[in-house]
Amino acid sequence: MSESLLVATKVTKRFGGFVALEGVDLSVATGERVGLIGPNGSGKSTFASCIAGTVRGGGTIRFDGRDLGSMPPHRRIRLGIARTFQIPRPFASMTVLDNLRVPLLYAAQKHPLLQRSLGHERDEAMAILKQVGLEAKADRVSRELTQVDMRKLELARAIASHPKLLVADEALAGLSPSEVDEVLAILLEMKSRGVAVILIEHIMRAVLRFSERIAVLVAGRKIADGPPGTVVRDPEVERAYLGG
Amino acid sequence: MRTLTFTGIAVGIALLVATATSVLVENEYFFSASYTVLQFVVLATAWNILGGFTGYVNFGSAAFFALGAYSGIALDKLTSAPLPLVILAGAAVAGLVGLGMGYLTLRLRGVFFAIATIALAEVLFTLVVNWDYVGGARGAYVALAQTPPLGFRSMGRLLFTVMALMAAGAVSIARFVQVSTLGRGLAAIRDDEMAAECSGVPTLRLKLISTTLSGALMGMAGATFPWFLSYVEPHGVFSLSYAVNSIAMPLIGGMYDWAGPVIGALLLGGLQQILQVNVPADWNLFLVGALLVVFVTVAPHGIMGWTRRR
Repeated sequence: MSESLLVATKVTKRFGGFVALEGVDLSVATGERVGLIGPNGSGKSTFASCIAGTVRGGGTIRFDGRDLGSMPPHRRIRLGIARTFQIPRPFASMTVLDNLRVPLLYAAQKHPLLQRSLGHERDEAMAILKQVGLEAKADRVSRELTQVDMRKLELARAIASHPKLLVADEALAGLSPSEVDEVLAILLEMKSRGVAVILIEHIMRAVLRFSERIAVLVAGRKIADGPPGTVVRDPEVERAYLGG
Repeated sequence: MRTLTFTGIAVGIALLVATATSVLVENEYFFSASYTVLQFVVLATAWNILGGFTGYVNFGSAAFFALGAYSGIALDKLTSAPLPLVILAGAAVAGLVGLGMGYLTLRLRGVFFAIATIALAEVLFTLVVNWDYVGGARGAYVALAQTPPLGFRSMGRLLFTVMALMAAGAVSIARFVQVSTLGRGLAAIRDDEMAAECSGVPTLRLKLISTTLSGALMGMAGATFPWFLSYVEPHGVFSLSYAVNSIAMPLIGGMYDWAGPVIGALLLGGLQQILQVNVPADWNLFLVGALLVVFVTVAPHGIMGWTRRR
């Protein structure tokens, strides 16, 4: 296995008296597909937020050899950490195409405010939309999209930032089985681009199909981490999560 | 269209209109009324950079306008500086306060940010009322030149030309902001600040640029006000009507486009000037309120949004 892209060590987060994360360690290698599972409230989304920088917690997170410290999210995405949200957060007043222009201009460029023209990113945005199957809806206002298209737009926006790591927070939630397959295909395609993916998900069929490794969080603690076949047979995981 | 071309056209139109009216129009009231309408073009355009483009509603427009006016008064008392310098000073002071407001209210959004801007206006009002150097509560007079400079027939005509140029400048800046990378970042902040940050938008920096720019343009609009009236007092420049109008005009014209505040200011400002000489003064604010209710109900995205939908 190649050198770790992400190394999270003893990540801890408390909200008042509630411990959301307690000393969670997780490493992800370049291009690796990791499933992160756990019951509701186990700290998965909080962990995603800690990596993306939208929540500040304890412990250390190193990415691509750099300590992220208190680095804000907009700088983390320029390093290559993209995330999608559990509830899609499109730029509602913009068209689908313009949604992609934001990361293409801001995350994928070194000095966004010094750029002189706003036309060059259109071709790349259209290529990404074609990849996720939203090409025909490029000029549609994003708030009018269906649930599955919103999910695809979230992924497209993440792809537009040229990520090295994508943290997909419940990217399949609320989708029908066929829609799950559609979105999963986009996530699997990330591997060919060398993008590592942490898939936070409840749909076990999808997680098992997608993941090369699965980590399990329960009540803010990591209780298992390993190959899918081993993890799902772990008695502690069965007891805590799979209802065994 | 490139920004420089647009600015050239806007300044050209401003100069053409100013020259043509100066030759063709004899009635001095025309210049006074037009000055006020153009002043609202600048105010509404400035407000819209923060309120419309960035999504941060500022109820303290009057404070920034007053800062420009009182910077002018202070500078005039200190050095009798020429008008261009007064305008620059007004813009600089209001821009700096805008930057400060941005820093102080970084964590506030929505109604909390709006309340903070009202608080800022109250603090500045109290400061000015108790600042004797600029006249305090009793107000301050500005000595107008007996003969207006640059061959203008009256001070009103000169100030109208200056305000027309400032309006052209403000509109050009707003258009540049809208079509640039900066504008796209501000729109992302308006739609979803966290998603914007997670898409690489440096939200903090952009918000500060927005508050500074918006404040500076409002200050610029206010800087010439003492010369327009030759007298200012705190209740007049901190008037609620500036805050209400600078919100109502973009709302009526459309907040997502630089042209919205211009249309709103020309329509509402023009109508108010007509009504001012025909109906009691209090009806002006009533009219603004009534129009706001109509537009929020019928065309929530203003005239620009309404025409695009059709």
